[in-house]
Amino acid sequence: MAQSKSSEARTGWLLISPPALVTLLLLAAPLATVLVYSVLTGSRGAVSLPFSAENYYNIFRSSDGNILDLIFSGEWGAIPAALTKAPYLLVAGRALFVALLVTLATVVLAYPIAYFVSFHVQPSKKALWLFLITIPFWTSYIIRVALWRTILGYDGIVDSSLMGLGLMDGQLNILSYGVTSIIITLAHAYAPFAVLPVFVSLEKVDRSLLEAGQDLGESKFRTFLRVTLPLSMPGVIAAVLIVFIPTVGDYVTPELIGGGKVPMISNFVEVELLKRRNFAMGSALAASAMIVVAVISLIFILMNRRFLGGRK
Amino acid sequence: MNRAPGLKTYAVIYLLFLYGPILILPLFAFNDASIVAFPLAGFTTKWFAEMWADPNLWKALKNSLIIALSTATLSTVLGIFAARSSVRYKWPGKPVVMGFIMLPLVLPEMIVAMSLLIVLLGIGINLSIFTVIMGHVLMCTPFAVAILTSAFQSLDRSLEEAALDLGESAASTFRLIILPLVMPGILSSFLITFTISIDEFIVANFLGSGQPILSVYIFGQFRFPAKVPSMLALGTILVGVSVVLLAIAEYFRRRGIARTGGKDTGGFL
Repeated sequence: MAQSKSSEARTGWLLISPPALVTLLLLAAPLATVLVYSVLTGSRGAVSLPFSAENYYNIFRSSDGNILDLIFSGEWGAIPAALTKAPYLLVAGRALFVALLVTLATVVLAYPIAYFVSFHVQPSKKALWLFLITIPFWTSYIIRVALWRTILGYDGIVDSSLMGLGLMDGQLNILSYGVTSIIITLAHAYAPFAVLPVFVSLEKVDRSLLEAGQDLGESKFRTFLRVTLPLSMPGVIAAVLIVFIPTVGDYVTPELIGGGKVPMISNFVEVELLKRRNFAMGSALAASAMIVVAVISLIFILMNRRFLGGRK
Repeated sequence: MNRAPGLKTYAVIYLLFLYGPILILPLFAFNDASIVAFPLAGFTTKWFAEMWADPNLWKALKNSLIIALSTATLSTVLGIFAARSSVRYKWPGKPVVMGFIMLPLVLPEMIVAMSLLIVLLGIGINLSIFTVIMGHVLMCTPFAVAILTSAFQSLDRSLEEAALDLGESAASTFRLIILPLVMPGILSSFLITFTISIDEFIVANFLGSGQPILSVYIFGQFRFPAKVPSMLALGTILVGVSVVLLAIAEYFRRRGIARTGGKDTGGFL
């Protein structure tokens, strides 16, 4: 086409500017505001100068004194006890722990399905299988979470069925074990996010490599361990990221399933911002959550680079 | 290739796990008991009647429809701009800008909602349906971009060049050649962003300032055990509508791929 390079670039920029501007206004500006607020001094319903790192410092507070102080004064022995009394750190630690467990459970449960669809389903039927796996994801998240509550709760479907069948004589009430029910619910909610990336990377595995492995005398299982699994790692890591990031920031499940007993980071940010109306502290919590998520994501991406690098 | 009885059994169990809660919805929506538990007590449609009679539901539904229709329209239009620009034109900084537009997809929703909320409260904009639409457009645009990018990618560029050579202007080429060919992708994007917006809770809850919106209404009702059966009835209807919309979206997506002669790679994401 008789278009010069610069005019093509201009048209491209012109076209991209509306969506880019919207994202700039609705995402970049708010995120920048959060970062600025997080280093301001907060009072009820307002923020003001001077800049200070006090909000971040307060994240480390516990009823036994601030943990940063304990570290700097060298009172290492007092730290474990103080950690159990540090509200923010405790919640952050628990949220990360729960998110990692959920991610592990989701990806481990999803891998065989992705493997099955990629290796044992006829090519003409693969799209149908993927469609079947993604449909539940497109039904209301709130309703799915609430359903797990009625399934797992006291006198819920699991309990009433087990007792009706005479398998048990007391209430199991899985819901009261906050973490277990959160894991079940989230593993269900994010299943397609885990299946799809693994499936895509399995599809790319060169089938002749597997035949070569078996021709050279490896068993099927060892071929899987030494060829298929390493080659699908980029998909596994993508799945881990896609599941981990939203679960860390999940709000609905801890509220409905955990009954507010297992608050996660989001529930804390909500309390700080909307109930205490401390914008500076809320911003610092949100910013810290972003930083932690970004660091963990970077670690996974670097791991992925290593796998990709090892292949080429 | 089909010798894996163990894997197949696992696949079936996994699908049961995925569909279990959704199958339970209609089962207990028609069950004649206020406690959601086995054994079933008999058939009734009273939960549907109870749900239907609640005026708050209709207010919430009206708000949700306004939000979802606006969101679907705006994010699909933005998606067309982004997809056309990134597929058809070469310009410096493309990976960075496109990555930036797709960013809401990988940020925890709560962080996005809270930072928007802080700014809105700071500027002094009153929370309303409009602020919910802003949040939803931000969240839905990446989905629209992803769907529309694949639609624009499967376009044969020589068709466009032929139209230009035959004397059509750039605008009329877009209208007469490109738009009809990507129309299935546009419809598919519209339906999917509509569904996401209807189902979305966090932005609706925090940026809606207590306005009745469908997902917020459902969340609130589920806290009262007595309301659970009628919410299951509502859920049954919503799931049915979602599945129908998505089946239509999938149909258009496939037809679009077939029309431009591409290969089906399956799945929305």
